[in-house]
Amino acid sequence: MDLNYSPEEAAFREDVRAWLASNLPGDLKDKVASYAHLSKDDLLRWHGILARQGWVAPAWPKEWGGTGWNVVQRYIFEEELGYAGAPPLIPFGLTMCAAVLLRFGTEAQKRRFLPRIYNGDDFWCQGYSEPGSGSDLASLKTRATRDGGHYVVNGQKIWTTLAHYADWIFCLVRTDPNVERRQEGISFVLIDMKTPGITVRPLMLMDGAHEVNEVFFDDVRVPAENLVHEEGKGWTVAKYLLGYERMNTGRIGESRRQLAALKEYSAHLMGDVRFRDRLSRLEIELMALEITNLRFLDRMRRTGQPPGADVSMLKIKGTEIQQGITELMLQAADPVASDAFTDAVRKKYLSMRKTTIYAGSNEIQRNIIAKMTLGL
Amino acid sequence: MNFDYNEEQQLLADSVRRFLAKDYDFEARRKIAASEAGWSAAAWATFAEMGLTGLVFPAEHGGFGGGAVDAMGIMEAFGEALVVEPYLPTLMGGLALARSPLAGSLLPAVVEGKVKLAFAHAEKGARYDLGFVKTRARKAGDGWTLEGEKAGVVGAPMAERLVVSAAAPDGIALFLAENPTGRPYRTVDEMRASDPVFRGAKAERLEGGVELIEALTDFATALVCAEAVGAMKFACDTTLEYLKTRKQFGVPIGTFQALQHRMVDMFIAQEQARSMACLACSRVDQASDPKERARAVSAAKIKIADSARHISQESVQLHGGMGMSEELKVSHTFRRLTVIAGQFGDADHHLARFAAL
Repeated sequence: MDLNYSPEEAAFREDVRAWLASNLPGDLKDKVASYAHLSKDDLLRWHGILARQGWVAPAWPKEWGGTGWNVVQRYIFEEELGYAGAPPLIPFGLTMCAAVLLRFGTEAQKRRFLPRIYNGDDFWCQGYSEPGSGSDLASLKTRATRDGGHYVVNGQKIWTTLAHYADWIFCLVRTDPNVERRQEGISFVLIDMKTPGITVRPLMLMDGAHEVNEVFFDDVRVPAENLVHEEGKGWTVAKYLLGYERMNTGRIGESRRQLAALKEYSAHLMGDVRFRDRLSRLEIELMALEITNLRFLDRMRRTGQPPGADVSMLKIKGTEIQQGITELMLQAADPVASDAFTDAVRKKYLSMRKTTIYAGSNEIQRNIIAKMTLGL
Repeated sequence: MNFDYNEEQQLLADSVRRFLAKDYDFEARRKIAASEAGWSAAAWATFAEMGLTGLVFPAEHGGFGGGAVDAMGIMEAFGEALVVEPYLPTLMGGLALARSPLAGSLLPAVVEGKVKLAFAHAEKGARYDLGFVKTRARKAGDGWTLEGEKAGVVGAPMAERLVVSAAAPDGIALFLAENPTGRPYRTVDEMRASDPVFRGAKAERLEGGVELIEALTDFATALVCAEAVGAMKFACDTTLEYLKTRKQFGVPIGTFQALQHRMVDMFIAQEQARSMACLACSRVDQASDPKERARAVSAAKIKIADSARHISQESVQLHGGMGMSEELKVSHTFRRLTVIAGQFGDADHHLARFAAL
């Protein structure tokens, strides 16, 4: 047992850190640190910088632009991005759609979409949730009917993050309503957001931000070649993606940066034992999460197996910690201050409530562990 | 980075587990805990044969020079089996004298399993303050005499010799003393302790003072964290089994989501505790700076204290009335985990220490 990084891994971290120090634009870093709104241009600018360095999609196979790093190096890279305060890389194209195409896509689909995802030419969003299908995703009703060389899509998606920026949406749609197991009638399709019949309507959240949307489909004609995997096999694709999503929600580097910022911000409260103990407990939760995460990575590296269902605990603990930090930031803020940063601190607290709901609510994550890991 | 035991560590842990499964199952353990002596000479002899009693002592005295990580797998196995033998007190006593000239005359007998030790440090009123020592040491000719009262010294009733802390004119120091026969009593977790009283007892001075006491206590705390992980694993495993087999309303109670989620939270707490036990044991072995060591150990102890309470309480609750019964091992695990939560400092104590570092 050795919890230290190897000299090679430590050197790799230094390289990444040095590169970030000279390549992460100061204005973007400031925006992230001050919880300011990041525009589409901001997100794409950072995406472009990483793409030019060849680092925007480390997990992809080398032939498509991946770096060939192992899981520990990829973790170090992500941790350093978060710790440096880099803007987030929007996962819908880079992580999710790409993972699906690499696993289930045809050669033509890969050649058509992957390079554009890599270079940030296409902005992607995810069409999963519907008004009546949240945690019970398999009950989804958005209908895709075959009509010659096309599918005709009708229905509605909701909570669609950044759909107002998106060029493309990957959707779970129902292609066959007459199946015994409702999971069997679902398909995974890629839809160009410029197709006639698509309407995007903003959903304003309690922090006043426009981040999520409703997306309406009214006789939207989607070429049949945009089906990924087989018709009726969309649920297999969705389940494959779940593991990817959960492994990425720990956000340890980012939480470490925010915890350091919280310590600075709450320095005036360090004499208050009650506050200080809450802060210490949060810090220790993060230490425990970090080591648990490393244990999972060590297991993946040794066995070569994909993450098991128990990685759901990283999502649960990671999001609880992210929320805990914003809660203590809120508490540390001067109750009568009304400056821009204090305002942003309060809004951040409001906004972060989403983390235990999105990407499979933490209750769904517990269901997953109960069923898959504990056999209940 | 690597979270596995090496081959030697794994082999040793496996053989300890096999022995405990065969000769130290719940029934055997119940008999030992209920016996007058409160420990098993046969088990202790086997520990010595397996090399456990010499594991962390220097090779020059017959030991294997191991560290906390080497002892982790053993402590986990002890936690699962609820071993009541005075293993940790003997390790602490032995390590306290390992760097003194006296080690040569005593440690080989400890390694061979012929001598057990206990670490007589705590006193009434000290709570978890390691610097609180009222027992006094006076120079008497070539040697020293001790005057004072120790309290709650686990393993003292069966120890041949005691390592005792006392205030000498030049500061807190450690001494080796004969074991004054104090009244033995049972602790909540079915171990044996006594409150040794020294009235001018002769003692030999050892090397080291408060810093050594702190280092020893951090070492022992890390090992107790590992033991806790084993106890928590048993509590989780047996509760999960119960949820799958116990039927009410015509179905296994594990089909109820309210209970499933509580079981999942126990499982997560156990994994997080395991991570922190790994951290504590590694840092105890590797940290060059006592502050770095103390920070890791306190962080781990906070997490372990919290998870020990959480898991032990939930394991009893989810067993319903059966969880309260003396008949089930889970209630004994509850008792051990309750003591572990406070052993070498409860969460509040370590929160204060963590924040001060």
